[in-house]
Amino acid sequence: MKTESRFRETSLWATIMIIFGLVPVFMTSTYQMNLASHILIWILFATAFNMLWGLTGMLSFGQALYYGLGAYFVGLMVKYLGSAWFFPGMAIGLVASAIIALLIGLLLIRVGGVYFTMLTLAFAQLMYQIMFKWYNFTGGDDGVVGIMQPGIFSNPIVYYYFILGIVIASIWILKRIAYSPFGMVLRCVNQNPDRVRFLGRRVRRNQLRIYIVSSVFVALAGGLMVGVDNSIHTDMFVWTTSGEVILMTVLGGINQFFGPFVGAIALILIEDIVGAYTEYWSLIIGTIVLIMVLLFPKGLVGEFLQLKHRFLKLKKHGG
Amino acid sequence: MNPLLKLESVCKAFGGLKVTNNVNISVMPGEISAIIGPNGAGKTTLFNQITGNLLPDTGKVLFKGKDLVGQTPQKIVFSGIGRAFQISSLFPDESVLDNIKVACLSRMNKTKKFWRPMLKFKQATEQAYAILESLGLESQAQRFAFELAHGDQKLLDIGIALALKPELLLLDEPTAGMSPEERKVTQNLIKKLWKEFDLTLIFIEHDMDMVFDIAQIVRVLQQGTLLAEGSPEEIQNNKEVITAYLGEEL
Ligand SMILES: Nc1ncnc2c1ncn2[C@@H]1O[C@H](COP(=O)(O)OP(=O)(O)O)[C@@H](O)[C@H]1O
Ligand SMILES: [Mg+2]
Repeated sequence: MKTESRFRETSLWATIMIIFGLVPVFMTSTYQMNLASHILIWILFATAFNMLWGLTGMLSFGQALYYGLGAYFVGLMVKYLGSAWFFPGMAIGLVASAIIALLIGLLLIRVGGVYFTMLTLAFAQLMYQIMFKWYNFTGGDDGVVGIMQPGIFSNPIVYYYFILGIVIASIWILKRIAYSPFGMVLRCVNQNPDRVRFLGRRVRRNQLRIYIVSSVFVALAGGLMVGVDNSIHTDMFVWTTSGEVILMTVLGGINQFFGPFVGAIALILIEDIVGAYTEYWSLIIGTIVLIMVLLFPKGLVGEFLQLKHRFLKLKKHGG
Repeated sequence: MNPLLKLESVCKAFGGLKVTNNVNISVMPGEISAIIGPNGAGKTTLFNQITGNLLPDTGKVLFKGKDLVGQTPQKIVFSGIGRAFQISSLFPDESVLDNIKVACLSRMNKTKKFWRPMLKFKQATEQAYAILESLGLESQAQRFAFELAHGDQKLLDIGIALALKPELLLLDEPTAGMSPEERKVTQNLIKKLWKEFDLTLIFIEHDMDMVFDIAQIVRVLQQGTLLAEGSPEEIQNNKEVITAYLGEEL
């Protein structure tokens, strides 16, 4: 039983690695690799976001704040100090995001529910405004273009495998957190915060911890994106970016660890395929999400697992 | 012997309503006692002031001689006071086992561990199973808490409190909503747990059979005031209590 679950776990990771790892080998144009990079980065963004929402019950409508910060630290450092600052910029961006998440988080955890959500949105929009208005430094609405990675990392294929490695490692770390005692306490905070206090544990302290963790991994996603698009733009901070990860998560399943993973793949592929045929793709995506929420509220992963569960039960009773 | 828990002139008002009115109580270590009184008498509110959910307006809550007033529930839990709730307070989407296990992990101060999987904490699992066995819930270990029958949920709530190894356990209407048969079983179970876990136990209860069967001391609250205190016989024969609360029941 135990070895079986370990085997399944290993083969799951191996499958993910192989599928994404083979993209550069079989691609017919670099566009496909670019698309796969976007998918990987949004997988990280959405999974880190759902550590807050699905796991802990904190719906942030402002994780774009950290996505943008992670990217802007890389982009601006490269712009002003040169390519060599690409990776140090990424590291500094993570540390800065952790500190900002701590400071903002101390305020956010004081309010709950919809107030939390609105405050996260307000902080992200505030940062958007700053980046937008501070034209001399940030390039405002024009952003910064032509940001290059140093050395061999400027080779798109090398950078693709770099992204793959970082994203898989990050998802693995987040999964370990989700299934650790700390992750269990977060689920308990989600389900019954009052009782958590009577376990002798502090609700807000744990909310703050996961807020910081989530934000740092979101910033990592933002930093990685700079090397894919070779540019930064204020859109990274804007509320639709925060909304996009919410859609991905709903699509894939809020209560499953791999829900946002599958949701990110699904949403980006839909956008890509539908977007090729019609400019009304956002209408179609809206319809799909509406159908999902109404008919399949558990999301792709959740509904699939339920189906599988039912099927296994049937087989047991039948045979 | 010094009392384990001592309430000194505890008062609490909500607006103009005095919900706890100058209550003085001494609970000796190892005692099993009941608090009775009509709905709205302030029984739950009294528990809330002991466990730190509510701050008394005035008065002291001394536990092992130290005043708990102003301390957070988290602190009070670790000084040795456990509690089960009038309406079961569980983690509904977790397994029955994990409901207890997370409490064990909290007591062992392991809830900050973010790297080792839950499954690897064998000692906590064993302790959780031991508690489930004491409660007779071991066969339900793998079910979700929300799937349990009402009575079993009440027991699981007690189990979570027990996992924190309290010296003083407060049970708020442990048999509320149970059938008469279930109540009898729970009554015996509570008595068993009291001995097995070396507890000092205070329970709020409306089932008078249970109160007079297992409580050594019965305290009667009415409109926030401690109306009477004594052995089951004394309370059953107390004129004031009979007119105010027990009425024709006896
Ligand atoms: N947080 C509160 N705010 C205002 N009134 C309250 C609060 N908690 C309890 N009360 C009131 O205090 C009284 C006692 O309540 P409670 O302690 O729950 O009674 P019991 O447990 O004895 O039935 C009730 O009248 C109730 O409405
Ligand atoms: Mg009550």
